[in-house]
Amino acid sequence: MAASIITRVGGRAIAIDGHDIDTDRIMPARFLKAVTFEGLQAHLFEDDRIEATGRGLVHPFDDASRAGAQVLIVGRNFGCGSSREHAPQAIARWGIRAIVGESFAEIFFGNSLMLGLPCVTIDGATRAALASLVAADPSLEVTIDLQARAVTAGDLSAAASIAEPARHALVTGAWDGTALLLADYEDVRRTAEKLPYIAGF
Amino acid sequence: MPQTLFQKVWDRHAVRQLPNGQTQLYIGLHLIHEVTSPQAFDELAHRGWRVAAPDRTFATLDHIVPTLSQQRPFADGMAETMTSALERNCRAHGIPLFDLTSGVQGIVHVIGPELGLTQPGMTICCGDSHTSTHGAFGAIAFGIGTSQVRDVLASQSLAVSPVRVRRIDVTGRLAAGVFAKDVILTIIGRLGVHAGAGYAYEYGGAAIDRMSLDERMTICNMSIEGGARLGYVNPDQTTFDYVRGRRFAPAGDAFDRACDWWREMASDPGAPYDDRVVLEGASIAPTVTWGINPGQSVPVDGCLPDGREAGSAADEALDFMGFDAGQPIAGVKIDVAFVGSCTNGRLSDLREAARVIRGHRVSAHVRALVVPGSQAVRLAAEREGLHEVFADAGFEWRSAGCSMCLAMNPDRLHGREVCASSSNRNFKGRQGSPTGRTLLMSPAMVAAAAIAGEVVDVRTWGAR
Repeated sequence: MAASIITRVGGRAIAIDGHDIDTDRIMPARFLKAVTFEGLQAHLFEDDRIEATGRGLVHPFDDASRAGAQVLIVGRNFGCGSSREHAPQAIARWGIRAIVGESFAEIFFGNSLMLGLPCVTIDGATRAALASLVAADPSLEVTIDLQARAVTAGDLSAAASIAEPARHALVTGAWDGTALLLADYEDVRRTAEKLPYIAGF
Repeated sequence: MPQTLFQKVWDRHAVRQLPNGQTQLYIGLHLIHEVTSPQAFDELAHRGWRVAAPDRTFATLDHIVPTLSQQRPFADGMAETMTSALERNCRAHGIPLFDLTSGVQGIVHVIGPELGLTQPGMTICCGDSHTSTHGAFGAIAFGIGTSQVRDVLASQSLAVSPVRVRRIDVTGRLAAGVFAKDVILTIIGRLGVHAGAGYAYEYGGAAIDRMSLDERMTICNMSIEGGARLGYVNPDQTTFDYVRGRRFAPAGDAFDRACDWWREMASDPGAPYDDRVVLEGASIAPTVTWGINPGQSVPVDGCLPDGREAGSAADEALDFMGFDAGQPIAGVKIDVAFVGSCTNGRLSDLREAARVIRGHRVSAHVRALVVPGSQAVRLAAEREGLHEVFADAGFEWRSAGCSMCLAMNPDRLHGREVCASSSNRNFKGRQGSPTGRTLLMSPAMVAAAAIAGEVVDVRTWGAR
C-alpha cells in the first residue's frame, strides 16, 4: 500500500456522544478473534448499537441517512484503553477518512496515523456546535484542512490542531513510514551496538 | 545537568531524527502474542521483508488460550487458527515461542519479567497497551498497534515522539489492607483517565520505594488507564535482586556491571519534571470502581457520587451499572469473583487472596476463579499449596492466561452479572457480556467479596 498525500478530507459526518469512548466499545474483543482485519467494519460499535436499538433509539452508525459519511465527530479521550488497531481499522474500513474530536488517546492516535486516518483536535465549544449542526443536517459537508489547520462546516469555521509530526507525515504522504525506518538500517545496528545490554555487559 | 530516566534511556536509543520531527527509536525488546501479530506478519510477507532482529523478539500465547482443557486442537476453532498462525510465523522467522508446552507460558507482561527478559534501561514494545507494566523495572515500555508491530518486526525501531514526565510521589506508608492496586486506582481517580496523555508517569516516594517488583508492576500496568502510555519506577536494589539469576539476566561479573549501568539510568536528584503530584500513602483506602472507566472509583467505605446530571459521564455509568447516586459501594452483591490478569495475577497477588479466604467458603451465589498469570506462577503457587486453599474455599483453579480480563476465551460474564475483578478495565462489555458489570479492586478485596457475596472492606471484614 503506497501512502498518499492527505491534505484535505471532506464529506458528510457522523457524531458520537460522550467522552472516554474506549476501544472495547469501538470494537468488542470477541471480534479480535481473527487473523485479518477484513470485515471488521460490520461490528463497529456493535454492543452500543444493540443497546441503542434496545432502547428504541437509532445509533448513528445504524442511521441510513449517515451511510457514506466520511468524517467522525467525537468527544474527549476518544479511543482510550486497549491498543487494538482493530478499532481504527474498522472505522477506516467503514469509510471514515478523518476524525475530529476534543482529544484522542495516544495509542489510538498513533494507530490511526499509521492508516492515514487523521485525528484532529477542536475545542469543546466547537465540538458541541459541530455536533449539533451535523445532527440537524445529515447532508452537511464537514471539511478538515490539514494545511490551514481548520475545520469548516456550513457557516462554521474553526481552528483544528494536530501534532506537527503527524500533520507533516500526512501532508507529505509519509505516514506509512516503515520504508523510512529501513532506509538506513546500519544506523539502527550502530545504535544497538552501543547499548551494553546488546553488546554485552 | 540532571536528567530523568526517561531522557537518558530515550537518548541512548535514539537512532536519528526523521523528516517529520519524530525520533526513530531503537527497540531493545519486542514481545508478541497471538492477537495483534498475525496481520503484522502478513504485511511483512506482502512487502517482502524479514524480521530484523529475531533474537530481540519473543512470543507467547495468552489472550485466547483456554484455561480449562488445553488439549490441542482447541475446542474453539478460531483460537486454534490464531495459535497455529503464531506458531507458523515464529517458526518461519526464528522467533522463540513460549508455548503451552514450554513450562513458562503466560501473560506476556508476567513472563517477560519472570524470564529476566525485562531489564532496566531498555526500550520495550508489545502490541498490547499494558506493556507499561515493564516500566516497573525502569524501562521505557509502551503498547503499540499492529502496524507498529510490523514496523518493529521489520526495523527493530519505531517512529515516535518524546513525552513529558510527570513525577508522582506516594509518601509515607500504606495502611494494612491497602495494596498497590488501591494506590493506582486512587491516582487515576484523582488525576482522571485522560490526564496522562502526552506524559510518562514516574512513580516514586517512600511507599513506592518500599514496594516489591510485583507491586510496582501493578502500578505501572495501569498507567495506561490514566491515559499515560508509559509509567516507570527508577531501578534500585529491589529491582536488581528481582532480576538476578533469571534465565535471560546477565550472570556473574556481567551482572555487577549491569547493575552499575542500571543505576546510572535512574533519574538524577534534581532532574527536571514537567509536572509533579504528591499523594499521602496513609490517606489511601481500599478502592473499588463503581462505573465504566477505571477513574470512576471510591474508597470502599465511601459512597457513589451524589446527584445526577443528565447526559454526564457519571449518569451514563450509573445507568449502565444499575446503581443509585449516593449509594454506598459496600454491600453491592456480586455474582462472579476473578483473581488474575497482568495487573494482579502474580504469586504475591495469589498469596494475598489466599490469606483472606483460608478457612472460608465462597458465598453460595458466587462463581469464583483464580487464573495464575503464568505457568510459573501456577507451579510456584501449587508448591506452596495455594491451589488447595483456593479449591477448599470453592474457587476454581485454572491454567494461565488473560482469561476473564477481556474474555477472548470461554471465561466470561453472562448477562448482567456483577464481577469483583482484580483486572484493569471496567469498560462496558469488557468481560465478555455486553451488559456485564465489573468492579475493579485488589485481589484481597476480590477474595473477601467472594466469601461475603458482596463488596466488603477487607480491613474490617478480615478482623471478624
